[in-house]
Amino acid sequence: MNDSKSLHSKISKVVNEIPRSGIRDFFEIVSSREDVISLGIGEPDFVTPWHIREAATVALERGLTSYTSNMGLLSLRRGISQYVEKKTGIHYKPEDEVLVTVGVSEGLDLAVRALIEPGDEVLYHEPSYVSYNPLIQFAYGKPVAIQTKKENGFRLTREDLEANVSDKSKVLLLNYPNNPTGAALSKENVEDIAAFCIEHDLIVLTDEIYDELTYDKEHYSIISVPGMCERTIYLHGFSKAWAMTGFRMGFTCAPPELTEAMMKIHQYTMLCAPILSQEASVEALKSADTDIAYMKAEYKKRRNYIHASFEEMGIPCIYPDGAFYAFADISKFGMTSKEFALKLLDEQNVACVPGTAFGACGEGFIRCSYATSLEEIKEAMVRMARFIEKL
Amino acid sequence: MNELLNLLKQNALESPENLAKLLGTTVEDVKTQIADFEKEGVIRAYQAVVNEEKLDASLVTTVIEVKVAPESEGGFDRIADRISKFPEVDSCFLMSGGFDLLLFIKGRTMHDAFSFVSEKLSTMPGVMSTATHFMMKTYKQNGIVMHTGDDDERLKVSP
Repeated sequence: MNDSKSLHSKISKVVNEIPRSGIRDFFEIVSSREDVISLGIGEPDFVTPWHIREAATVALERGLTSYTSNMGLLSLRRGISQYVEKKTGIHYKPEDEVLVTVGVSEGLDLAVRALIEPGDEVLYHEPSYVSYNPLIQFAYGKPVAIQTKKENGFRLTREDLEANVSDKSKVLLLNYPNNPTGAALSKENVEDIAAFCIEHDLIVLTDEIYDELTYDKEHYSIISVPGMCERTIYLHGFSKAWAMTGFRMGFTCAPPELTEAMMKIHQYTMLCAPILSQEASVEALKSADTDIAYMKAEYKKRRNYIHASFEEMGIPCIYPDGAFYAFADISKFGMTSKEFALKLLDEQNVACVPGTAFGACGEGFIRCSYATSLEEIKEAMVRMARFIEKL
Repeated sequence: MNELLNLLKQNALESPENLAKLLGTTVEDVKTQIADFEKEGVIRAYQAVVNEEKLDASLVTTVIEVKVAPESEGGFDRIADRISKFPEVDSCFLMSGGFDLLLFIKGRTMHDAFSFVSEKLSTMPGVMSTATHFMMKTYKQNGIVMHTGDDDERLKVSP
């Protein structure tokens, strides 16, 4: 019988060396408390619109319980193709350029594994979503974190890229609108980055899961820049804009060669995305505009409210252009992000996520999600003001 | 609809300060807009949405379909106005289809509704016939679902 120490030694080195997500630890602490107001939730507080849930129910009643094509239902891929074309002007062929995945999470994993040889460098910008770095390591790639700067509103710049690129760089992983900072890129920013990628022959993975939640400006996708869709894997999904996180539905759009490579991994690991979720997504695409407009209008009001509240408290917070996060600068209180978050939780029962969960350059920040009811946000802001008064 | 009106329809007690924050505007601007809406009659009243089933002595709501003879002058408006003046009448709508006016009547007992129909409504000149229904349960009213206690099933913290 193996004891736990020897079992530990059997686990792959790469897995052993990757720490579990900082969010996970924080989750354990928050879960042990009662009556917490949580601004730590990275998913919509809306329930999936009723007509989409009904479509899933009807699909179940019709007995649709089988596998689908590895690529996903053709009807869904057609819908996705039209949806993406409407947004970006780029047409992806439903037959061999669209792949339905189990969330963007799977899509990212497929993209990284399809492209990376051991030692290839993947550039990505921090603060970032928690899975980027580990996914690259699981694929034996070398993650190169580009620290974006507060002064630039956490937008990735050409200078940042210049400073980090090397002859081993193969892929740039982009995520705007950004989790956790709420930053979005202008058309000019995107064009600068695109030009850089063409010059350095980089493949781009663009995670645009939050693109529908851009509040003041039009979102501009890097695939819309001439010459870019040929070298980009576009990743999107239904979780955020349609409030469908639990359906686990994502998709990739990419040139046929790349789609085929990702499909091979998907085929042998996942087989296909769940059919009920796919049927629900077909329905979701039928009324994308109305469903999204309603939720977006609600988030925008909350965004305004939470940003104005931080301003009132004298806590600087970059203006969140997109997603549903406010990234507040708490560095002036002389505590680390983690200390601040723990003390806030302890004294006022308000949970937010320390910026360091998203990379070292998140130090001095906390991520506050406004995907929670306005009533809760108001109460959280009252408590936050009370908290900092005593610091 | 105007965003400010949307917010007030959700919560008429929202303070001008909060409304200004939510809309990204000034308190003064919010106050001016509200005053204008009130003056123009866009905002007619501020009311609480009451879940009457929670009250000990809840009211009985009766829904009445009324067929009326429109008048040569004034069409349905005059008779609808007259009917609306009764304090028992909570709402009154002109409808297309098999009848003309749809009334919502509030009373303490079914008898209250019965006397309104038999003594006041049916006897009114121009009222040709009525069909009376009693409302049994309210599931949703003014966009608000009446049952409470849906828990947030989401994880407390997620990436």
